[in-house]
Amino acid sequence: MSKQKEDIRIGFYICHCGHNIGSVVDVPGVAEYVSKLPNVVVSKDYKYMCSDPGQEMIQKDIKEHKLNRIVVASCSPLLHESTFRGATAKAGLNQFFMQMVNIRENTSWVHEDKEQATIKAKDLARAAVHRVAFHKALEKKVVPVNPDVLIVGGGIAGISASLTLANAGKKVYLIERDATIGGYMAKFDKTFPTLDCAACILTPKMSSVLKHPNITLWTWSEVSNVDGFVGNYKVTVTKKPRYIKEELCVGCLACIDACIYKQGKFYDEFNFGLAKRKPVYIPFPQATPQVVVVDDKTCLHFKTGKCQQSCAKACDRNAFDFDQKPENVEINVGSIILTTGFEPHNPVKSPNYGYGKYPNVFTSLEVERLVNASGPTEGHVLLRDGVTKPKSIGIIHCVGSRDEKTNKWCSRVCCMYSLKLAHLLKEHTDADVYNFYIDMRTPGKGYEEFYDKLLNEGVQFIRGRVSEVTDWATTDSEKGKLVIRAEDTLIGIVRRIPVDMVVLSVGLEPAKDAQEVRKMFSISCSSEGFFLERHPKLAPVSTFTDGVFIAGACQGPKDIPDSVAQAGAAAAEVLALIDAGHVELEPNTASIVEEKCCGCQVCINMCPYTAISFNVEKGKSFINEALCKGCGTCVAACGSNAIFQNLFDDEEILSEIDGLLVE
Amino acid sequence: MQSTVNNNENWTPRIVAFFCNWCTYTASDLAGVSRLRYAPSTRVIRVMCSGRIDPEFIMESFAKGADGVLIGGCHPGDCHYSEGNYKCLRRFTLMQKYAEQMGIEKDRLRLEWISASEGKKLQEVVNDMTDHIRKLGPSKIKEVVETIVK
Repeated sequence: MSKQKEDIRIGFYICHCGHNIGSVVDVPGVAEYVSKLPNVVVSKDYKYMCSDPGQEMIQKDIKEHKLNRIVVASCSPLLHESTFRGATAKAGLNQFFMQMVNIRENTSWVHEDKEQATIKAKDLARAAVHRVAFHKALEKKVVPVNPDVLIVGGGIAGISASLTLANAGKKVYLIERDATIGGYMAKFDKTFPTLDCAACILTPKMSSVLKHPNITLWTWSEVSNVDGFVGNYKVTVTKKPRYIKEELCVGCLACIDACIYKQGKFYDEFNFGLAKRKPVYIPFPQATPQVVVVDDKTCLHFKTGKCQQSCAKACDRNAFDFDQKPENVEINVGSIILTTGFEPHNPVKSPNYGYGKYPNVFTSLEVERLVNASGPTEGHVLLRDGVTKPKSIGIIHCVGSRDEKTNKWCSRVCCMYSLKLAHLLKEHTDADVYNFYIDMRTPGKGYEEFYDKLLNEGVQFIRGRVSEVTDWATTDSEKGKLVIRAEDTLIGIVRRIPVDMVVLSVGLEPAKDAQEVRKMFSISCSSEGFFLERHPKLAPVSTFTDGVFIAGACQGPKDIPDSVAQAGAAAAEVLALIDAGHVELEPNTASIVEEKCCGCQVCINMCPYTAISFNVEKGKSFINEALCKGCGTCVAACGSNAIFQNLFDDEEILSEIDGLLVE
Repeated sequence: MQSTVNNNENWTPRIVAFFCNWCTYTASDLAGVSRLRYAPSTRVIRVMCSGRIDPEFIMESFAKGADGVLIGGCHPGDCHYSEGNYKCLRRFTLMQKYAEQMGIEKDRLRLEWISASEGKKLQEVVNDMTDHIRKLGPSKIKEVVETIVK
């Protein structure tokens, strides 16, 4: 079923992609085969079609041979469709007269049988040659970009991206679900490899965010709905009740002192339970904003209704409001950056290490709080009893990383933070410190040098995966200690090292609600659950949804420098979008041919965007193009063939099917 | 292309695969990037959403000689367009019955939810479907249609 229009003149271009395609598919053979197909005027192969000479070849041929259709057989259209559309347009031809054939990702990279791969490439090329004859000249729809930006998550990545954009004069909404921004970095004492104080580099940035005229910071808030598309998102933010009028609270903390609970009694999230907090609290002294929050799950007023509300009475600014309800605020933004971070591995899932069973087994994050000068012990490293200084400490690497039973991936940051903690623990306690590692992974500027430094500081390194932590003593010297059993693979024996304290270097996992967040923002996750980037190398902070970007550990385990770098990259992508002022949308919308419509209204229920309405007077249905997102579900449902879809019309797809199957 | 088939073991069926742009097409790219080897049986037609797949496309594929038709869409709840995959599922159930009545074996028509990260699943589905169709041998529908037309 080739289109019998005498004026169709097709140029076919097939790429070797170096050896990527050429080593499996007989590229010249396909070019030769296609040259004999109807309507094909030119058929050529080239080493790298996407390169400048490749693109120029197409442009030259369009002019010389008066080509009006182009087919490029190379990689996935998701990678280079825009490249070849651009080349087509440069020669003065409508860019939608170009069709791509995927013979790399779909063919040469997945097949070994050269004969079959070549047959497949020919089939696919023939299908495209048939299809392209039916292509129509289309124009991209141009829509303006709202210059405002939404950033979700106020860790170091979200903070960095916010400040970059705000400094460029863009209006930023930064949404954080906790009561303060700062994320995990705010919990650290020092950062590797420079050992500079985390708070000293982070807290000034936090306060810049708060003070910045271009940043609207909403903490204790979550995004609850997202509508729209690139350039024009409508986002609903739910502000959770804080029971405090934020604009009135000055952070004097008199209410906390006045609380009916004289001592903290409840699990302190910021310190991983190493300290207790009151129902009215501030997460940590440098919290930003300096606004208290009332926890309605533990507050006596909410539990019994019988509290005398001494906190509210102590507030001389009348900031308390126990009747606050969740409040939904709608904002319009043009682009979104997700910096929603990670979740540390819960070591209870690795029971052989005894976390939760033996009190003196700690997670690395708990130890971060212990060594922190503003932590619950003011920087004194003490065992769970709160008095004893450990004399020997074992740090176990790869807990919840590189492990078939939990997470297969390397969490990238644990070797370095374990080295940092080894240094800090040695400094704070002068204990014997043992690091149990599988491989020491220290790529990064100054990282290997830091490892070298530790080797000379007297920290012991034992290469081998720990099999278990036990309190079962076999000798007197092991009595009352935690014994770490591990194979020392460098000397080939199983060792038992008795220690006072065990530190589990827990890995990084996707945030618990990553799947829900992903659905809300219409993006994808990779198989382990971190957000999926558009391309691992060429578009590392973009997603498959235009206008939605990702940065930091929500995309994969990452340290602070890498998170900040990604935040900068995401901010640059957003700036490019804003400064262009407009985006071009794929014109793959559907429309109804009035004469063919029988008025059955089947299509109306198909549309998830209420883009189709029924005109009673005319007895016909109509599609509002501005609302149509181009899924094509209505096209497939129409019994009268009255709906057509640009780029994916019936005749285009049917000719593609015929082209595939009929030689 | 295959013309005469004596031994199904060495025969490669031709499966027309309709993949949605956002999930299964991306999974198929991922399978490529991950160099997952699978049977060279599928010929992918990209559509924006599995909801776009018109029953006519399926019947046209069989009529023109496809040995199988594979439809790949986003998992329930994951559709880029909210619910196109549900619309696809409804049609698929009907199409399966229709195809059987037409004399097309059930295994020749398959619907799978394959997300953008499931390159491995794509590999397994294609291989499994290819094995099943190999057992059935080439589809005879094309001949039947041609006889009727004559």
